[in-house]
Amino acid sequence: MNSMATDPWIRRSSNPKLDRIMVSPEGVSLNISVAPFMLRVWAVLLDLFIISLISSVVSGICLFFVYLFLIGGIGKDSFSLTGPLSFFWIIWIISNFVLQNGYFIYFEIGDRAATWGKRAVGIRVVSRDGGRLTAEAIIARNILRTIELFIPLQFLQIGVDSVTEASITGWSAMIWVSIFAIFPLFNKDRLRCGDLIAGTWVIQNVKRNLGGVVAPSAEVIADPVNGKVTTRYEFSDEDLSVYGEYELQTLESVLRNGTDEALETVTNSICTKIGWEPGSGDERIFLEAYYTALRAKLERGMRFGKRRKDKFSDGI
Amino acid sequence: MVNTPADLTAQQAIETAALKSDRFRLEREADWTQLEEIVTKMEKGKARRLSDEDVLALPTLYRTTLSSLSIARESSLDAGLIDYLEGLALRSYFLVYGTQTSFGRWLRGFFGGGWSRAIRDIKMDIWIALFVMIAGTLIGYVLVAGDSDWFYALVPGNFSDVRVPGASEAALRGTLFGAEKQDGLGVFAAFLFSNNAQVAILAFALGFAFAIPSILLLIHNMALLGAMLWVFAQRGLTAEFIGWLSIHGTTELFAILLAGAAGIHVGRSIAFPGAKSHLTAASDAGKRAALVMAGVVIMLICAGLLEGFARQLINDTGMRYLVGGSMLIFWLVYFFVFGRHRTEIRS
Repeated sequence: MNSMATDPWIRRSSNPKLDRIMVSPEGVSLNISVAPFMLRVWAVLLDLFIISLISSVVSGICLFFVYLFLIGGIGKDSFSLTGPLSFFWIIWIISNFVLQNGYFIYFEIGDRAATWGKRAVGIRVVSRDGGRLTAEAIIARNILRTIELFIPLQFLQIGVDSVTEASITGWSAMIWVSIFAIFPLFNKDRLRCGDLIAGTWVIQNVKRNLGGVVAPSAEVIADPVNGKVTTRYEFSDEDLSVYGEYELQTLESVLRNGTDEALETVTNSICTKIGWEPGSGDERIFLEAYYTALRAKLERGMRFGKRRKDKFSDGI
Repeated sequence: MVNTPADLTAQQAIETAALKSDRFRLEREADWTQLEEIVTKMEKGKARRLSDEDVLALPTLYRTTLSSLSIARESSLDAGLIDYLEGLALRSYFLVYGTQTSFGRWLRGFFGGGWSRAIRDIKMDIWIALFVMIAGTLIGYVLVAGDSDWFYALVPGNFSDVRVPGASEAALRGTLFGAEKQDGLGVFAAFLFSNNAQVAILAFALGFAFAIPSILLLIHNMALLGAMLWVFAQRGLTAEFIGWLSIHGTTELFAILLAGAAGIHVGRSIAFPGAKSHLTAASDAGKRAALVMAGVVIMLICAGLLEGFARQLINDTGMRYLVGGSMLIFWLVYFFVFGRHRTEIRS
């Protein structure tokens, strides 16, 4: 709210600490929000799940073929590490390597710069300087996953055993390794080690639909046939000078998706404020008329470079 | 400002027809909707199904939308509209400035000079890594030479079946030229590759912690080699051992050298960024190192094949030196001679 009138293009979001501005090469500043840590944790958990799913499907296919060959009457020895059909072992080893290292790279190089997990939670990778996201950057940020993700995971797996031994080495190694894993919590841009060396960051996707014109009934009142305007409500300058942009946008959101009750409450408070007698049953028409008149006044001021932040600031 | 009621109606006649900013919006809405459709299709991965007109229209519509956004921010108080334009502009920005190289084109650039250039850029770190590796080998050799118990501390159990201090010449020779079973070489090669690549990636990634863990990892691995070298040297098998090692080792050790150097490069730029900011220095170094690492994986595939097949199939020391030596020359020429001329012209 504070920044709205002074810097109107800075967006207010649920967590203003994560709001950033990125300047496009055309010189227009675009609002972005850095993805919160928990969202990224969910994304990576989903990805790990998908990776293990694909890996088990590959294993399943290999086993299926082995089974077919066995039915076909080939001896079990052929499948040992030295047998002629050890070729399935090769597929298995290579596919695991490719999955672990290639999955993230493959999806992040694509148009949406996001793995399936990231897509599901609505985040994506972006180059920090606002330029193109290069393949090198994607490779760099994902190679570091080894120490940030896979090694801490291994520690978690063997951690249970090492705890019983309670070796100091084990514990200190675990702490050292987990520093990499929770690195994003230590900086305000939520950069992971990989982001740091790749010059990238992860931001939230935005997808908003274009709503209708806020106050359509204002048009209906203007009679197109004889050009005469039959406004039911007319507001004096004093009536309109009680509110600023903040109140206007609150009114907008009430008009866009408020209930009848909300409309009534707002009508009452506006009428009290400007000293009108609130009628009933006609709230929407009244509010749309008031909204249009107020917005017209404020936008007119805007064109002359005068803005009014909210009802507490000076009038225009 | 409006004062008299008569003025008010005249003023409102224009405004109620549509607010000036609403008129602005209604005039341009069609463009935005068209852009949104294109963007949505591309995001869903249906870019190939876009018509040529749409593809051509994308940059124009993107710029139109950006300018609409700038105007709307200065002239409209319709928060919903501005939010929508913000979102649309950002989405199309990502597509217009997305990763535009296809994989094939990237690969061509990579092999046609990108890889060698990246390696030449980190030459300094390669020297450091080479020094560390030689030092590691010497340390291993000297330690075991001084007290052969060191061997068991350096070499993990599964390696040291026969190859222990005091083993007979025949036993050692057997490990170098043994008629090992020649089946299953493929599995062996795949396993070696995956294992070595994981180690190389680790050597690189650890460089993030100011390069120190990378250096320790290099020293540890090379000390193992030094210890092994001593065991064979004791029985006068130095040349044979190096031959056995060199057939794949020139490629594999070179790859590990590069991975370590890439790690040191990143760690060094984080610790000493020079004139740049820490973040810029880190990301510049990271991107260069990433190219080197992509190449390391390729080298390790070659090494895995050489180790899995060639080493078991070629049993003659002279031939082993020949293969190992020519691989080394190949890599050196490719990295330090190939494409050099072109780079200089470009820079």
